[in-house]
Amino acid sequence: MRFLLLFSRQGKLRLQKWFTSMSDREKKKIIRDMTTMVLARQARSCNFLQWKDLKIIYKRYASLYFCLAVESQENELLALEIIHRYVELLDKYFGNVCELDIIFNFEKAYFILDEFLMGGEIQETSKQIVNRSIEASDMLQEVRFTGTHANTNALSKTQSVTCTCGVST
Amino acid sequence: MPAPIRLRELIRTIRTARTQAEEREMIQKECAAIRSSFREEDNTYRCRNVAKLLYMHMLGYPAHFGQLECLKLIASQKFTDKRIGYLGAMLLLDERQDVHLLMTNCIKNDLNHSTQYVQGLALCTLGCMGSSEMCRDLAGEVEKLLKTSNSYLRKKAALCAVHVIRKVPELMEMFLPATKNLLSEKNHGVLHTSVVLLTEMCERSPDMLAHFRKLVPQLVRILKNLIMSGYSPEHDVSGISDPFLQVRILRLLRILGKGDDDSSEAMNDILAQVATNTETSKNVGNAILYETVLTIMDIKSESGLRVLAINILGRFLLNNDKNIRYVALTSLLKTVQTDHNAVQRHRSTIVDCLKDLDVSIKRRAMELSFALVNGNNIRGMMKELLYFLDSCDPEFKADCASGVFLAAEKYAPSKRWHIDTIMRVLTTAGSYVRDDSVPNLIQLITNSVEMHAYTVQRLYKALLDDISQQPLVQVASWCIGEYGDLLVSGQCEEEEPIQVTEDEVLDVLEGLLVSNLSTPVTRGYALTAIMKLSTRFTSVNRIKKVVSIYGSSIDVELQQRAVEYNALFKKYDHMRPALLERMPIMEKTASNGPTEIVQTNGETEPSVVEAKHPPPVTQPTNQVRTVFSLYIRKNTHLGLEANPNPNIAVITIHASNSTEADMTDFVFQAAVPKTFQLQLLSPSSNVVPALNQGTVTQVIRVLNPQKQQLRMRIKLTYTHKGSAVQDLAEVNNFPPQSWQ
Repeated sequence: MRFLLLFSRQGKLRLQKWFTSMSDREKKKIIRDMTTMVLARQARSCNFLQWKDLKIIYKRYASLYFCLAVESQENELLALEIIHRYVELLDKYFGNVCELDIIFNFEKAYFILDEFLMGGEIQETSKQIVNRSIEASDMLQEVRFTGTHANTNALSKTQSVTCTCGVST
Repeated sequence: MPAPIRLRELIRTIRTARTQAEEREMIQKECAAIRSSFREEDNTYRCRNVAKLLYMHMLGYPAHFGQLECLKLIASQKFTDKRIGYLGAMLLLDERQDVHLLMTNCIKNDLNHSTQYVQGLALCTLGCMGSSEMCRDLAGEVEKLLKTSNSYLRKKAALCAVHVIRKVPELMEMFLPATKNLLSEKNHGVLHTSVVLLTEMCERSPDMLAHFRKLVPQLVRILKNLIMSGYSPEHDVSGISDPFLQVRILRLLRILGKGDDDSSEAMNDILAQVATNTETSKNVGNAILYETVLTIMDIKSESGLRVLAINILGRFLLNNDKNIRYVALTSLLKTVQTDHNAVQRHRSTIVDCLKDLDVSIKRRAMELSFALVNGNNIRGMMKELLYFLDSCDPEFKADCASGVFLAAEKYAPSKRWHIDTIMRVLTTAGSYVRDDSVPNLIQLITNSVEMHAYTVQRLYKALLDDISQQPLVQVASWCIGEYGDLLVSGQCEEEEPIQVTEDEVLDVLEGLLVSNLSTPVTRGYALTAIMKLSTRFTSVNRIKKVVSIYGSSIDVELQQRAVEYNALFKKYDHMRPALLERMPIMEKTASNGPTEIVQTNGETEPSVVEAKHPPPVTQPTNQVRTVFSLYIRKNTHLGLEANPNPNIAVITIHASNSTEADMTDFVFQAAVPKTFQLQLLSPSSNVVPALNQGTVTQVIRVLNPQKQQLRMRIKLTYTHKGSAVQDLAEVNNFPPQSWQ
């Protein structure tokens, strides 16, 4: 895997994980290219794109696009499963995850990702073990970052983004 | 100083910004606050500040001033600090940053920390973005952790080792001992990452590959257990046990079995088992099937298994799921070279995919269709592909048109069919055709001598309909210029000849000259075509008028042509017929073709231009220095003597004829590269007697100021036994003495 990006339907970046070293300029360009390409796709298109020498696999879950770039010899159908597994992990952790959770708890999203993938490969295939590791790590924290999205939602009535709870597959 | 605001608070605040400017202002304010806080070396809030910085970084704002702070967080004793610190390092401190290496010591310490989650953080960071130097320094620690019994750490160490090997391949050897019993692990996480590590090593080193071949039976056993075992809640995905591990094992088996008979045989059964037993109702099952097919196709599997694989792909093609169809087309494209016949069996399904609504699928189907075209199916396939060309999106048209031309050239069942196909492409996708197609098509048409009348007629009719597609217009103009006489004389055999007058044809060509739709290149074609018709049509006056008008055209190219053509009418009228006569058959050459070698008068089309005929000059009497011969068609012999002057090479041609009939109306023509100048003196006669009873002599004078290697194109035309004959030859092997 080369990179994983999460972005909203307006093209706002919510998470970026790069598995190879790249300059900031290259990263910005890739983000622009990916958001343009993926957001331009029709609703019922297949989830695969060819971009330069990479295969791009993308899937939309509620208001978020998950975009994974893999090398040519990798299995696209399995990449869809990888994306789905990550969504399941997020869902378990946050309880009916939605975009706001990832916005307000982006560091958690990264921690979960780093227990699932590493260096562009899967490090753990069991959902329970990943979840347990995250919970245990959370317990070790001396300071808890407070505020689940439920709290913040009450204060952010001005937001136009409503929480679309539930993960649609 | 008040406590810095909390992360969530900041996020909430920034999201209330209604414009980009407002957001920028907020960010700048907060960055200033964070900077002062950093300067105060405040340990309590460093974590919070860096977290905020990371959020702002994700929005696209610069955060480099937080790099050192990340290092301080990593060095802290608090787990919260380390967690954010390592995250910050992964986002801000990649190997391009100067301070990247400062992490090394911290990571080293944390790799030996008493808490496994801290060790995990260090392994993760190193394994994600460690530089080569860092990897070199810490490889030993990773290797140690690879041998631990703690599965949480072992799996991370394995992937960390993969990263180290990718960065510093020479270190691969040191991990070899630790791989000894990796596969006897029960823990799936460790198993999976071990398979990844083994795969990486086998891909990089043929020695490792040979060494690890002995693992095939063990891998087969693990895979078998996964398939046969009952429901395992921990690893189940839609009824399949740990599909991620299954796919990874299949991939490693692929690498181990490739090119090796024994290994391939050892995995035959399990591959057949997976292929037949995997549940295909969900994507996950198909993902495994897909990987199985890829493995079967790559190793030395028995033919039954290969057919099974291709049939799976064939079933994929019929699947409702677009992704599966796409993946099937991609795989078939890979196998079409090696298993061509098997893939041919699915041709009709593949062709149906051309009509799919999905753009990605259409493209794959198009590529695969072209790969499947052969002499047997060309007619049927071309019908489908031309229909596709008609209706597809513009992004496909150029590639499709090129593909059609290539396929038609290779497999055309008849010349008529070939011309019809070209016509179809030009009329339906004429503006998307590539620039180099125009000369290629012209050459093709020229060489299909018996189709000239048919071709020009069809092209003429196409022009009447539509003059907007430039490649079509250019080819059509050229053909009308060449074969206009056939057009007006109504000689077409292939279809009903149309009635068209010379004036009507000239109307069309003049229309092209004035139309806004015509590009300058097209106008050039049109003008030259009109000029050529002056030797084929009777309405020469009209043509003269047109040409003289364009002598004052603003377009420099057109003006130059018109002026030169005017000159042809006036001073060189006696040469006009010969200069504008029908083109000879052109040999197929590399991209630039004849234009490279021939001295042209600013014309862009390929042409063999005849050398000028100056008034007769007495023959030079220099002594003969070199003689060599050229045989054309076995029965015509050209002897060339070269008599070199300091500046001028004088070549005397002696043509003789060994057949039983005379060659009458014998005309010898020659052309040379641009840097030379040619003078052809009058021949001794234009009849070459039969049976070598005499020769025709002609002198050529070649000026070679740049002293380059002399090359020459020769054209002979004559009448032999009642029919007109034309011969072309190229002479490249003039001995050096003749031109030095």
